[in-house]
Amino acid sequence: MLSQDILVVGGGLAGLAAALASDPRLKVAVISKVHPLRSHSVAAQGGINAALGNNPDGLDDTWEKHAFDTIKGSDYLADQDIAELMCEKAVSAIYELEYLGVPFSRFPGGVIAQRPFGGAGFPRTCYAADRTGLVILHTLYEQSIKKQVKFYNEWLVTKLVVKDGQCLGVVVYDLATGDIIPVRARAVIFATGGYGRVYQRTTNAFINHGSGIGIAYKAGIPLKDMEFVQFHPTSLYDTNILITEGARGEGGYLVNNKGKRFMEDYASSAMELAPRDIVARSIQTEINNGNGFEDQYVHLDLRHLGEKKIMKRLPGIREICINFAGIDPIKTPIPIQPAQHYSMGGIDVNAQCASIVDGFYAAGECACVSIHGANRLGGNSLLDTVVFGKIAGEEASDAVKGSKKSQDEERILLDEALGMKKRIDEWKKKDSGEKVHRLLNRLKVIMSEKVDMFRNKKDLSEALEKISELREDYGRVHISGKCLRYSQELVNIIEFDSMLDLAEVIALGALNREETRGSHFRVDFTDRNDKDWLKHTLVALKDGKSHISYKDVNITKYEPKARKY
Amino acid sequence: MDYTFRILRYDPLKDEHPFFQDYSFRTEEKISVLEALMDIRNEQDCTLAFRYSCREAICGSCGIVINGKFDLACRTMVDSLKSPVIIIEPLPNLEIQKDLMVNMEPFFEALRKIEPYLFSEGEMLEKGYRIEDREMDKIFQYINCILCGCCYSACPVASRDERYLGPAALAKLFRYVRDPRDKRPFSNWSKINTESGVWGCDTVFKCNEVCPKEVRPADGIEALRRKLVVEKIKRIFRLKR
Repeated sequence: MLSQDILVVGGGLAGLAAALASDPRLKVAVISKVHPLRSHSVAAQGGINAALGNNPDGLDDTWEKHAFDTIKGSDYLADQDIAELMCEKAVSAIYELEYLGVPFSRFPGGVIAQRPFGGAGFPRTCYAADRTGLVILHTLYEQSIKKQVKFYNEWLVTKLVVKDGQCLGVVVYDLATGDIIPVRARAVIFATGGYGRVYQRTTNAFINHGSGIGIAYKAGIPLKDMEFVQFHPTSLYDTNILITEGARGEGGYLVNNKGKRFMEDYASSAMELAPRDIVARSIQTEINNGNGFEDQYVHLDLRHLGEKKIMKRLPGIREICINFAGIDPIKTPIPIQPAQHYSMGGIDVNAQCASIVDGFYAAGECACVSIHGANRLGGNSLLDTVVFGKIAGEEASDAVKGSKKSQDEERILLDEALGMKKRIDEWKKKDSGEKVHRLLNRLKVIMSEKVDMFRNKKDLSEALEKISELREDYGRVHISGKCLRYSQELVNIIEFDSMLDLAEVIALGALNREETRGSHFRVDFTDRNDKDWLKHTLVALKDGKSHISYKDVNITKYEPKARKY
Repeated sequence: MDYTFRILRYDPLKDEHPFFQDYSFRTEEKISVLEALMDIRNEQDCTLAFRYSCREAICGSCGIVINGKFDLACRTMVDSLKSPVIIIEPLPNLEIQKDLMVNMEPFFEALRKIEPYLFSEGEMLEKGYRIEDREMDKIFQYINCILCGCCYSACPVASRDERYLGPAALAKLFRYVRDPRDKRPFSNWSKINTESGVWGCDTVFKCNEVCPKEVRPADGIEALRRKLVVEKIKRIFRLKR
C-alpha cells in the first residue's frame, strides 16, 4: 500500500507551502485533483498584505496596525491572538517569497511596491502587477521542483479515514486509471480550497467544489463559521470573473446609473476602499434600488487612471475585459456585480493548524483558524495560505516524529476503499436516474436565491428544506458514461455529496445566527449583537445529523466596537 | 445559432485510431468553447474528456486546437469563430490520454531540466532585495507564461526532436538568468548551448504566434543566444589575458 509520512491534499498555495515546509527527511507527497499550477490560487490578482512600510503613505505602518485592521475588518469575530500571529509573521513571509524568486513590483529605490486595499489603514498590499497569485504559485511550484516534492496529480480524495480519533490516511480516485486506491499517511494536511461553485455567481474556478471541507466534515471534524461567505464587490458582469480590488486600490471609482460615486452614501471616508462586505452590499443595494444598469450591474470606472497606469499596474484586468467582455477599460467603464468569492469559514483548526483528530491538519481557504472572522480583508488570503501552510507543514512534521503506527491500519484503509468501490458500482449499475449536473444546477439556484448576501429566516428555512429534498434526489444519481477513466461525471458525483453538506452547514449556521455581522446580513436582525453572538459557530456531524454548538472568540486587546469606514 | 462540434475522440485503451465525432449544439448566447464542451459533455456524452479549471485564461489547463488554431478553450468565444462547424482537436505532438487530454509530461520534463528556480546568493536579507522596477520590467513578459503548453505543442522542432527543450522552458530559463537576483553560474545555464537547447530553434516563431498570453518565448531564446555569445567572447578575452 502506498504509504507516506505526510500527505498534503491540494496543490495550491497553502498545499505547496505546507509541502515545502515539511521536514525533508520525511516521506512527503502532494495529492491534487488537478495539476498544481491549475489550482485556483493562480487566479489571485491584487496582492498580499504585510506591514513593510514601503509606500510613502504607509511609513508608519506596523504589524499591530495590520492586526487591528484585520480584526476590525472581521467585525471582531477573528480570534485576535491568531490575527496577531499572522500579521507578525507577514513581513518575513514576504521577504521569504521574494528570496525564493517571486517577482514583486517595485517602488523607486528598489523596495517592494505596496498599494492601498479595502479596510486597511495603510497601503500595505504587495503585488506583482495584478498577477500576484500567478507569480507566487509558479514560484512555489518551481521551488517544489527544486526540492523534488513528490506529486500525485489528478487524484481526487474521496474519503478521510479516521479511527479512534487518529487519522490513518485517505482513499483516492485516480482519474487516469479509474482505480480507487487507499493511501496510508501518518499525517494528512488538507489545503483543498473553497467551495465557490455551490453558488451561481462566483469568481471561483470551475473546480472549486469544496469537497475537501465536506470530506473532513463527513469524518466527524467540526466546521467553523461556515455562514460567513464573502461576496466580492467587483466581478465582471455575467461571467463573474474577478476584477481585483487593486483596481479600486489604484484609484478606480464605483459609479451608478446617475453617474454618482455612490459609496459616499455608505462609507463616506473609505469610499470605494471600505471592506468587501460593505462595498458588495452597497453595490447590490444600488442595483436593487434601480440605480444599476439593466438592473444587473454598476460601473467600475478606471478611465481617469490613464492608459499608462492601467497598462503597468492592471494589465491582467485589461486583458480579462477585452477577452471576456469585449471592452477596453482604458476607454470604457467595466460593468461589475458582486459574486461569491471566498469562504471565511472552514475546517475547525487551532493556531497549529491541528484539528480534533490526531494527525489531521488544514490550512488555507478550506481551514478556519480563525483570522478572517465574519469578513476577510483583501490581500489577507494569500498571506493566510503561505503563513498557515508553512505552520501546518512544520507542525505535522513534528507530530509525525512521535506518532506510532497502529496494527490494523492497512485493513481499515482497504475496507474503506472497498466501500467506495461498492458505492461507485451502485451508481454505475443504474441505467437511469438523476444526472449530477442537473442536481448541481438546482443547488446553485437554492443557494443564490435563499442563502445570498441578504438573508432572512423564511428563505434560510426553505433553503434547508430544499437541500434535504435535493439529498433524496442525490440518492438516485447515476453514472451515464460507463468508462471511469478521466470521468468528470464521477468526480462531480463524488464531490456533490460534500456540496450538499456544505450548503446545509452554511444555511444552518446562517439561520441560527440571529444578528448581522460582517458578510452575514440578516434583514430581520440588522444589528450586530455582541452580547449573544460574539462567538464562533461549530457544526459537526454526529450519528448522521448536523449538530450545532458555539465557542468563544479570543479577545486580546481590541475591544469590539462599531465598525465605521 | 446551430453549430456542429466535430471533436477528436480517442481512448488509447479501446480505440484503434482517433476519430472525429459530431455533436450538434445550439446557443443564442455569447459563450466560450469551454462552456460549449461542458454542455455537450453534460447533455450529450458524459465520456467526453478534457481539462479545465479557472475559465479566465490564467491556469493554463485548456489549451486545444480550435478550427486549426491553438488557443485556450475558455477564452475563445464560439461566435467569434464565425463558422457553423467547429473542429476541436487536442494539442498535437503530445500523447493523447483520452480525447482532448494529452500527456504534458515531456513539457514539464523540459521545464525541470532548465532548473526553473532562483539561484540566490547568501542568506535572506532582513529587508529584502533592492531592485529597480525597470529591471523587473525586463522579465515581465516572461512571467506572464501560464505553462499551458501551446508553444511546445506547436513547435516544429519539438515535434521532430524529443530532446529539444522547447520554447516555454527556454523562455523560463531566460526569465531566471535575466533576474537580477539570480546568481546561477555560467556553467549551469550554458548547458543549453546545444542543438537540443537554444540552437535547436528554427526561428519560425510558431511559439510567438500561438501563445495565448503574448509571452513571445522566441524573444527569450534569441536573448539567450546573444547572452551566450557575449559570455563566450568575454571568456576568450579573459583567457588571452
